[in-house]
Amino acid sequence: MKLFAQNRHIVQRLGFIAITIMALVTVLPIIGTVAFILMKGGSAISLEFLSGFPHDGMRTGGILPAIIGTLYLTLGTALFSVPLGIAAAIYLSEYARDNQLTRLIRLAIINLAGIPSVVYGLFGLGLFVLFLKFGTSILAASLTLSIMTLPVIISTSEEALRAVPQAFRTVSISLGATRWQTISRIILKEALPGILTGIILGLERAAGETAPILFTGAAFFLPQLPHSPFDATMALPYHLFVISTQVPEMPIQIQYGTALVLLVFVLTMNVIATVIRSRARAKRQW
Amino acid sequence: MEKSLSWPEFIITRLIQSSGYSAILFVALIFFFLLREGLPALGEVDISSLLNFRWYPIESYFGILPLISGSLIVTLGAALIAVPFGIGTAVYISEVAPRWMREILKPLVELLGGLPSVVLGFLGILVLAPFLRVFLNLPTGLTAFTGSLLLGGIAVPTVVSVAEDALDSVPRAYREGAWALGATRWQTIWRVTLPAAKSGVLTAVMLGVGRAIGETMTVMMVTGNAPVLATGLGSLFAPVRTMTATIAAEMGEVANGSTHYHVLFFIGIVLFIISLIVNVIASSVVFRAKKRAERILS
Repeated sequence: MKLFAQNRHIVQRLGFIAITIMALVTVLPIIGTVAFILMKGGSAISLEFLSGFPHDGMRTGGILPAIIGTLYLTLGTALFSVPLGIAAAIYLSEYARDNQLTRLIRLAIINLAGIPSVVYGLFGLGLFVLFLKFGTSILAASLTLSIMTLPVIISTSEEALRAVPQAFRTVSISLGATRWQTISRIILKEALPGILTGIILGLERAAGETAPILFTGAAFFLPQLPHSPFDATMALPYHLFVISTQVPEMPIQIQYGTALVLLVFVLTMNVIATVIRSRARAKRQW
Repeated sequence: MEKSLSWPEFIITRLIQSSGYSAILFVALIFFFLLREGLPALGEVDISSLLNFRWYPIESYFGILPLISGSLIVTLGAALIAVPFGIGTAVYISEVAPRWMREILKPLVELLGGLPSVVLGFLGILVLAPFLRVFLNLPTGLTAFTGSLLLGGIAVPTVVSVAEDALDSVPRAYREGAWALGATRWQTIWRVTLPAAKSGVLTAVMLGVGRAIGETMTVMMVTGNAPVLATGLGSLFAPVRTMTATIAAEMGEVANGSTHYHVLFFIGIVLFIISLIVNVIASSVVFRAKKRAERILS
């Protein structure tokens, strides 16, 4: 025990070194992964690759339909999940009382966040594709992705709304504003950067997901762009899965190029979210 | 307070209220549609043949035990990686790292959480699997272990962010008390801060494990897709097939309404219930901890 007491500063130093190494081992592969794909995929990127259709069983040509498809799916997801998510967050932060029902809602949100993505795919197949007869379509896939993104948007938006000081509400109400006027003109405005961050992080997840769209809207190959929300679509993550596992003798360049475009798409959203958040934190006066 | 709501305000309030309730509706809808499409499986296949060791749908063998064992062994491997590294990184970020390091590490870990799983699977096939095949001298690099390594990476961000929150919420006075008694910072971390954050760290582990069980694309791409029963640690270095990968790989090829289709939905029910249990336990741990904190403060 005495020996230990004398050595405890050595123990601390060794411990700190060990734990620093652990953190580095966790983080360095992330940088490595991103750098590796940027390096390997860079040479595949050309105007033709970004704006052309796939040819020769996808072994040459571009990935335009997959890029457009992912844009459609992301926008479609936003259309449903953003209004619903913000409204649910407003309810939880401004209206809900601390009772059994509210606790049940929170439990439901936690569970939605934990449901495996492939189970969302099954659900979308059962409800949207078959029961509501939307077919494998952009609409069915977007709705499926929306419900999957909902918990992210609700919980980050609620956090942003709750961070607005109570005094803002009291003052607004005392000036004669109604509750909704207070929320729509004061609270939402103050919480906007936080809500935006949550929306982008949620959509980032939706843009990168494959399993929920596998049976609800993703197409292996389409010779033209989708014309309506009831058409199936190609999508970047699914396309990467297809060309890296399903197509024999696929040129490695196109695979890395596709991975690069998907990664840049997702990383851009991630960076925008981070920037909005840190700028809002710096500017905040309350 | 709300004596006379004008009717537009009344409608908006109702809309907001029903949006709030929608989360409950969606969980119920998901469960309902899984049951609707999955329960017929129990009428078409005996329970005894469902709980069997052979998954070979073409010849109507629907034993889901190899798939469950595949999920378990891959998840176990992932947990063995994600738990120590996740908690270690959380302790480093919250207790040890200088401020500038923290500002770099936190967004990086968040970035890992945002990487599409299909990109990790892609790199798994092209880089990690060939490397492991040579390095470990295996017949194939597409094994449960490869899946565990990547899944560990996928679960780490969850573990780090939840565990770090838990460590952050330990009152500073606890640490100061320990330092004042002569404990080193290292001793304080292990004997005061971590034990005080125990329930939050436990939640982090649960949510990380939940994340790993549910992950689909990465495991489908790198675990070799062989539905054989995992019998021991040796299976870690052989190809396996998880529940999630089976659904993703086979649902596209089955006829709607066939027995195979119903059984795949039945596997979905199993996954849904597992995630329900994991999340209910994880959140009840948090609630209990909150109550105890309130008791201490009052």
